[in-house]
Amino acid sequence: MMKTITNSIKIVFPAQSENEALARMAASGFLSVSGVPVGVIAELKTAVSEGVTNAIVHGYRNMSGNVTLELKRFASGRIKIVIRDKGVGIADIKKAMQPLYTTAPEEERAGLGFAIMESFCDKVKVRSSPGCGTAVTLEKYIADEK
Amino acid sequence: MQSIEFDPSRRILSVFLYGEIDHHSAREMREKTDIAAGRYRPKLLVLDFSGVTFMDSSGVGLVMGRYRLAQENDFTLLIANPSESIRKLMLLAGLDRLVRIVQTAHSAADTGRGR
Repeated sequence: MMKTITNSIKIVFPAQSENEALARMAASGFLSVSGVPVGVIAELKTAVSEGVTNAIVHGYRNMSGNVTLELKRFASGRIKIVIRDKGVGIADIKKAMQPLYTTAPEEERAGLGFAIMESFCDKVKVRSSPGCGTAVTLEKYIADEK
Repeated sequence: MQSIEFDPSRRILSVFLYGEIDHHSAREMREKTDIAAGRYRPKLLVLDFSGVTFMDSSGVGLVMGRYRLAQENDFTLLIANPSESIRKLMLLAGLDRLVRIVQTAHSAADTGRGR
């Protein structure tokens, strides 16, 4: 399996809601220069928005801290995106990933973040431990590699 | 960002949403829409998405919350003019089972403030 990285970016930003747009811009900019088709960029941008919003709303609820967003483009055509926080963590990952489940209904969260990430990505992996934080890994395979 | 129009004879409240809808921007849109709905007491609330360039699940939450408001206050909610990708997200979330989604000739773009 080809593991050669052809391009990568890593940004770290405070868990403030205005940075949701910043994360999307960074992701779509990276994917754009990496030759990812426009339709795929739109979907991955949405997935990144969901992941980063989760980190800000749930990971760092009433806390401050940093969110790390990392994107990698592999020669094989694979895109790997990792969103990390050092917030509260998720006790029951399976439950958290259930559609319509949310711990913030008062903020009108639809509980669809993971469902959207899963629908727009080929693979979604969540690693979390309560008190330590969460890492969400999104993978997408781009068929038409230049 | 949004602009609001009210047609008093037909009691139609049109809310034109602009830009990107995410967790950050949805709060203001929600508050301003609810204030207008409380003030005008419409029969029909139209959420016009023609000026919306991006939306994540926060937009779904925004629609679901206004749907609840419509149920409680006995008015009809309508979604107008979402882009293809936003429409796709709405269908994925099953919003079409709660609210009618329409394309109209008159849109936020016609007011000259859209896109």
